[in-house]
Amino acid sequence: MCLGIPGQITAITDPTRMMAMAEVSGVRREVNIAPIVTGALEDVIGKWALIHVGFAMAEIDEDEAEKTLEALRGLGEAQETLEAMAAGDAALEGRV
Amino acid sequence: MKYADEFRDPIAARAALDAIARVCDQIGATEENPVRIMEICGGHTHAIFRYGLDKLTHPGIEFIHGPGCPVCVLPMSRVDECVQLAEQPNVIFTTFGDAMRVPGTRKSLLQAKADGADIRMVYSPLDALELARRNPDKEVIFFGLGFETTTPSTALSIQQASREGLTNFTVFCNHITVPPPIKALLDDPYMKLDGFVGPGHVSMVIGTHPYDFIADDYGKPIVVAGFEPLDLLQSVLMVLEQIRDGKAVVQNQYARVVPEHGNPVSIAAIDDVYEQRPSFEWRGLGEIDHSGLRIRETYKAFDAEEKFGIGYATGTRSVQEPEGCECGAVMTGRMKPTQCPMFGKGCTPEMPLGALMVSSEGACAAYYQYGGARAVEAAE
Repeated sequence: MCLGIPGQITAITDPTRMMAMAEVSGVRREVNIAPIVTGALEDVIGKWALIHVGFAMAEIDEDEAEKTLEALRGLGEAQETLEAMAAGDAALEGRV
Repeated sequence: MKYADEFRDPIAARAALDAIARVCDQIGATEENPVRIMEICGGHTHAIFRYGLDKLTHPGIEFIHGPGCPVCVLPMSRVDECVQLAEQPNVIFTTFGDAMRVPGTRKSLLQAKADGADIRMVYSPLDALELARRNPDKEVIFFGLGFETTTPSTALSIQQASREGLTNFTVFCNHITVPPPIKALLDDPYMKLDGFVGPGHVSMVIGTHPYDFIADDYGKPIVVAGFEPLDLLQSVLMVLEQIRDGKAVVQNQYARVVPEHGNPVSIAAIDDVYEQRPSFEWRGLGEIDHSGLRIRETYKAFDAEEKFGIGYATGTRSVQEPEGCECGAVMTGRMKPTQCPMFGKGCTPEMPLGALMVSSEGACAAYYQYGGARAVEAAE
């Protein structure tokens, strides 16, 4: 649970709350981008970040994103994170 | 047996393994008299077993598995308090999935859920915040668990809840910090450690300076490492080279992700919301001074301990670990998982007795998963 997963920021969804849409291994998830914003919010669109429990914690380059994702897949952590995201969605809808 | 061929870059991996072997020979490290290197992070423990790095490296290296798995160091008393919070009427208790199966004195969160408590597994404290918005007539409690990697997420969520004026969202704070238990282990006269592989994603938040005391005060090398197997091999090599050259400094092998001074936004959020507790209980290690965080007075309205009168707010603490469970001895490197009498018998990943068997980052679960039947046979 201590490892971040790489994701690409695709759009700003709620500027007040610093929320953005990220694509994580083919799954779309809204994340908080406060830790990686240093200038205009829009500047992070298209950037890759390590996402940990819904927060973009560090900006990384695409090559690093690819390498990290491969390492996480090897450990089964990528799948675990995607399952946790699905569980989070289900919890919001009261399906669990 | 694992082979370096499985690695993303087998040539680089073989070169690192050869270099590690050369330095081990230079410093006279042998199986009988090994260099003892602690990997602090549970993610690294998992990677070491997954890729068989303990088997591939020179026999003169012994990996000691550190206390860096937040689920594993969670004392039973805190699980009991989670269950107590979750079983209150009108409460939605939210948690990361990892914590669901950790045994408490009476039951785990999973059992409490089966018994009817409204416990929901979430991915993020943001999910808990959203539940609070959608359920204004319910109390939504988030089980805040984890090291410095996770702490900013609850700090930023509490700040957000405060800005929105939410009155039904609280955090049961169990955040802990990496440096104090490392100091406690270094102060332990029975613990012999020659160097450390430092956590990558924790350091992405706090930077590398919080480890300076390891090098400056205790004269031990530490290298902050990434999570690829090659990152780990290179970091082990860097630790060994420091030992060979008589150096003790903090090095950053993972500079592509870890800035020297960490992440300023995250550090500011942590400092704003949290303060050090005088001490915090760790499974197997006992109470450690200044090792846990609590919510500051300013954000008291978001502190589940204050709101529900539980935990450190009550003064009644400490419960016994289950009989026969040796998690404490394993955690401090005094015992290998397979030496625990319960390993693979009274304690398996399906029916864990101790926390080290619960999380994939726990040493016992890693031994069990990747050692398989051999590990259980070895225990007999």
